[in-house]
Amino acid sequence: MTAAAPSDHPLAVRHRVVRALRAFFDQRGFLEVQTPVRVAAPALELNIHAIPAGGAWLRTSPEFHMKRLLAAGWPAVYQIGPCFRAGERGARHHPEFTMLEWYRAGARANDILDDLQALLPTLGELATATAIARRPAAIAGLKASIRVITVSEAFRAAAGWDPWREENPDRFDHDLGERVEPWLPRDTPVVLWGYPPFAAAFAKVDAGPPPIAERWELYVDGVELVNACTELTDPAEYRRRQAEWAVLRAARGQPVYPFDPAFYEALPSLPPCAGAALGVDRLVMLLAGCESVIDTLATPEDVPLQADARPPAVE
Amino acid sequence: MYTASDLRKGLKIELDGVPYEVVEFNFVKPGKGQAMYKCRIKNLITQTTQDRTFREVDQIGKPDLEERVVQYSYEDGHHYVFTDPHTFEEFHLTEETLGDARYFLSDNVEVSLLIHNGRVIGVEFVKPFVEKQIVETEPGVRGDTATNVTKPAKIDTGYELRVPLFIDVGDVVRIDTRTGEYVERVGRR
Repeated sequence: MTAAAPSDHPLAVRHRVVRALRAFFDQRGFLEVQTPVRVAAPALELNIHAIPAGGAWLRTSPEFHMKRLLAAGWPAVYQIGPCFRAGERGARHHPEFTMLEWYRAGARANDILDDLQALLPTLGELATATAIARRPAAIAGLKASIRVITVSEAFRAAAGWDPWREENPDRFDHDLGERVEPWLPRDTPVVLWGYPPFAAAFAKVDAGPPPIAERWELYVDGVELVNACTELTDPAEYRRRQAEWAVLRAARGQPVYPFDPAFYEALPSLPPCAGAALGVDRLVMLLAGCESVIDTLATPEDVPLQADARPPAVE
Repeated sequence: MYTASDLRKGLKIELDGVPYEVVEFNFVKPGKGQAMYKCRIKNLITQTTQDRTFREVDQIGKPDLEERVVQYSYEDGHHYVFTDPHTFEEFHLTEETLGDARYFLSDNVEVSLLIHNGRVIGVEFVKPFVEKQIVETEPGVRGDTATNVTKPAKIDTGYELRVPLFIDVGDVVRIDTRTGEYVERVGRR
């Protein structure tokens, strides 16, 4: 920490960011909640791996518990807290990270985009001199309008193919990282909108034609910051997708988690809703001008590198 | 076998029978997609680097690699003989395997051998700097220590390198065995 500008320390930025996020959602009538960190059934997704914790698991996201709160009648909830994902370690990933999630009953993905458009300029005010020097266009862009680019448009322009004409998840994942993300403009925040059904995750799929998952991702200066969607509410479709992923995971030798009975019990009461997840560490990284999310952590890691090297094998 | 999640900087892997070292490593995971491990890998035989992206499901070979610290013993025709001081096992290395390292050998100097499937593929000096006497060069230009101008010179083993203008025949210079380059003048013998 430099004595001259302690307020520019990533930890001080983190403090201001979290305070600003809370103020934003509090003003809009959201209820702040804390749901369990240790869970019996982490939300089973194709490419997300949970860390075991004494006969249970550490949550990979609070998504299912927060949807249970919506099912119980709460109209707008948010949570800022730790999440854990096995094997994710890099400049923009850390096995333990802080996530902001928010959900609105009666909303769709574009309502969440409105939330974000209101939130980003406030966050832009928190950028340090280092961040402004390092990412001038991106930081100035936080006050500008979010630019919406469809996934189809981006793939055709940057990767030369259309994921709606060729259902190829492997190629999609590869080209998203290698071609589309580097191609995205960096002078304004960008939303990639409307994913192919095979990349829907838990988003509602608009029947079309063509069928499009009502899901979007926000990028700031090429950094993926928010994932949002109109949430799937159909219990049968949840079961179908999770069963499909379970088969694929088992075939890859990856652990298959139990379906969460309490979540499935609550699902019939889940109202139409939309939700989003924002990586707080990445946001702090951007606003403090850090190169890596590691630089935004309060203390150096004390879990040895090998401890989370690989997703635990099937038992 | 390794899986992609074992990859990190410094890990030695094997692809199509060739050993590589991961020299740069990036974990990326766009959207809800599969994790990708973007690596720059160095071929441990040719020392050339290339970029390679691995996916989460990829299986990656584990090379049979061993490091042995040995001492230089003697030259035997076309071979250079090194001895493990503990087991007295001898390693006969060719000029080709040693590369420029052969010019910097001295009695009992310690080198570390990198052995892949029983074949020596790398030789590094345990102490990377060696001192060698200049036996051939243009007469030294006194006082010129500031410029970066260099001239050719030869050491007793026949190795040629570039040295500053003030260096004379008989001067002892320090050489970095990793680059084969002149480092500094250490005196006269």
